[in-house]
Amino acid sequence: MTAGSTELAHETADAAPGDTELTRPAPAAVEVRDVHKWYGTHRVLNGVDLTVRPGEVTVILGPSGSGKSTLLRVINHLEKPEIGHVSVNGELIGVRRHGDRLKELNERTILAQRSRIGFVFQNFNLFPHLTVLDNVAAAPVATGRLGGEQARELARELLDRVGLADKADAYPRQLSGGQQQRVAIARALALRPGVILFDEPTSALDPELVGEVLTVIKDLARTGTTLVIVTHEIGFAREIADRVVFIDGGRIVEQGPPSEVLDRPRHERTRDFLAKVL
Amino acid sequence: MSEPPGAAVSVAEAPPPADTPSKEPAAQRVLPLRRPGRWIATAVVLVLAAQFVHGLVSNPFYQWDRFGYWFFRPTILDGLLVTLEVTVYSAVLGLLGGILLALARLSTSPVLRAVSWVYIWALRSIPLIVVLLFLYNFSALYRTLSLGVPFGPAFLAFDESRLATDMVVAVIGLSLNEAAYAAEVVRGGILSVDQGQHEAASALGLPKRYQFRRIVFPQALRSITPNYVNQLIGLVKSTSLVFYVSLLDLFGTAQTMGATYPGDIVPLLLVVTAWYLILTSVVSVIQFYVERYYARGATRTLPPTPLQKLRAGLTELRARIRREAAV
Repeated sequence: MTAGSTELAHETADAAPGDTELTRPAPAAVEVRDVHKWYGTHRVLNGVDLTVRPGEVTVILGPSGSGKSTLLRVINHLEKPEIGHVSVNGELIGVRRHGDRLKELNERTILAQRSRIGFVFQNFNLFPHLTVLDNVAAAPVATGRLGGEQARELARELLDRVGLADKADAYPRQLSGGQQQRVAIARALALRPGVILFDEPTSALDPELVGEVLTVIKDLARTGTTLVIVTHEIGFAREIADRVVFIDGGRIVEQGPPSEVLDRPRHERTRDFLAKVL
Repeated sequence: MSEPPGAAVSVAEAPPPADTPSKEPAAQRVLPLRRPGRWIATAVVLVLAAQFVHGLVSNPFYQWDRFGYWFFRPTILDGLLVTLEVTVYSAVLGLLGGILLALARLSTSPVLRAVSWVYIWALRSIPLIVVLLFLYNFSALYRTLSLGVPFGPAFLAFDESRLATDMVVAVIGLSLNEAAYAAEVVRGGILSVDQGQHEAASALGLPKRYQFRRIVFPQALRSITPNYVNQLIGLVKSTSLVFYVSLLDLFGTAQTMGATYPGDIVPLLLVVTAWYLILTSVVSVIQFYVERYYARGATRTLPPTPLQKLRAGLTELRARIRREAAV
C-alpha cells in the first residue's frame, strides 16, 4: 500500500506537467488516466483523461448517452474500467500496481476506498426501511469509524446542516424528493469524504424542488470540498463550477472555466449542445 | 368559466361566482345507488351458509359429543405437540437452508450456482413422502452413522429413545424439502430489492455482510414473508406425512385412535381439522404483524391492526347513527 502510493505521487507529478509549480506537493483529488469502458461491443468511454484539483468544483456536461454518468461511476469503481485507471487523493481506486500491470483489489479494500468517496444518486437511493437519522448514521457505524451514539450525533448535525433536523425520525418515503436528496447528501457527508460525486442530483426532482438541493450543494462548494457534478443545470454550472467539462461520445471534447466553455465554446458539438439546452 | 383571459381582472373585482343565485347541488348529500341484485345474492348465500351450519350441527353423523371428548384428550395434545415441534424445527432449518441455497444461487461462483440449482431441482422433484421413507430406511440401516452426525442441542434430550430418531428423520426430511422451496422464495425476495439499494450500499462502502443483513435482507423480507408463510402453512399440513415414518403427530394419533375406536373416525377427523384450522389461523395472525413490521418505511402509513380497525369502525358507525338521527 505505502509503496503503491509513493509511486503514484511520483506519477501524478509527471502526468500534470503544466502546473508543476502549484500542485507538485499535493496529489490531484481525482485523476482519471486514459479510461476506456465498454459493454460488449458498445463503447461508452474512449480514453478519458481528467484531473481535478483539491477543493475544485468540476461540472460535467454532455448529451444523454455521452458517458458522463459512467465516468462518474468509474471514479468510485461502481463500474470497472476495461483500460486505464483512476486515483483519488493519490490512491489508485479498485486496482493496485503489480510490476508494470494493474491487478484488481479484493472487494473489502474497494469498499474501504469507496467509503472515502461520497456519491449522490439521481434517484437518491435512500434506505426506505431505515429512518432518516439511521440512513445518515448507518455508514459511519458499519465501517467501524464511530460508535452508535457518536454517529447519531454526527447525523443530527449533518441533518441540521441540510435543514432537515426536524425530519430525523421520518422514513424517506414520507419526504419530498428534494428533502430525500438533501438526506442523501447528508448521508454521503457522514463519512467525511475527500471527494463527493453527484450523478444528476436534481434530474428526478420537480422543478420547484431543484433550488433547495442546489443551495445545499453550493454551501458544500463554499466549504472547499472537492465536488464532481454531472448535471443539466447550466445556470448552476456557471454559478459554482471552477471548471466545466464537456463530454460527448465517451471523450472529453473540451474543458475549462465556465466563462470559456459555456460562453465561448470552441467546439461545434459543445455549441450544438448548449444551443439545445439553454 | 369560458371568459377570455383578458377579462380576468374585471372578474376578480366582480363578486365570486359561488354567490350567484343558481341552485348548486354542492350542499346536498349524494344518495348511494340502490343495488337490489346484491341484496338477493347476499340472501341466497346466507341461506346456503345457514343450511350448511345447520347440517353440521344437527347431523348425528358428526357426533359432536365425541368431538368434545377427543378435542383435549392428552394423547391428541401429545400428537399436537409433536406436530408443532416438527413444524417449528423444519420451518427454522428449512428457512436457514433456503437462505444459504438462495445466496449460493445468486453467487458469482458457477459451482455454487450449479450445486444449488441441482439441489432445488432434485428436492422439488422428489415427493416428500419418498424423501421421508428413504431417510427412514437409511437411518435404520446405518444407525451408527446417524449417531455420528452432530445435531443442535435441541435434539440431545431425545437422543436415547426410539422417538428421537424418528423425530430427527422427520425434521431432516421436512427441512430438506422445505429448504428447496424456501430457497426460491428467498431468492425472489432478494431479487425484488431495487438495484439502486445495492449500489447505494456499495457506494457508501458498507461491508458486504452489513449490506446483506441490514440493507438488502430486511427489504427482501417484505416480499419473502407472505410467500414463506404460504410455504409454512403447507408445511404444517405436510407434517401429517411423518406418520409414515412412525412418528405420532396430530394426524398420526387420530389415525391410531381411529383404528382402536372405529366408531369415532369422523369426530377424530373433525378434531384434527379443527386443530389444523387453529394452527393456520395462528400463523396468519403472526404473518399480519410480521408484514406490518416490515412495511415500515415501505408505505407512508402502516396498515391498521384489527383492533384499530374495529375502533375506527365503531367511531364511524357512531358518527353515522348521529348523522342519520339528525336527518
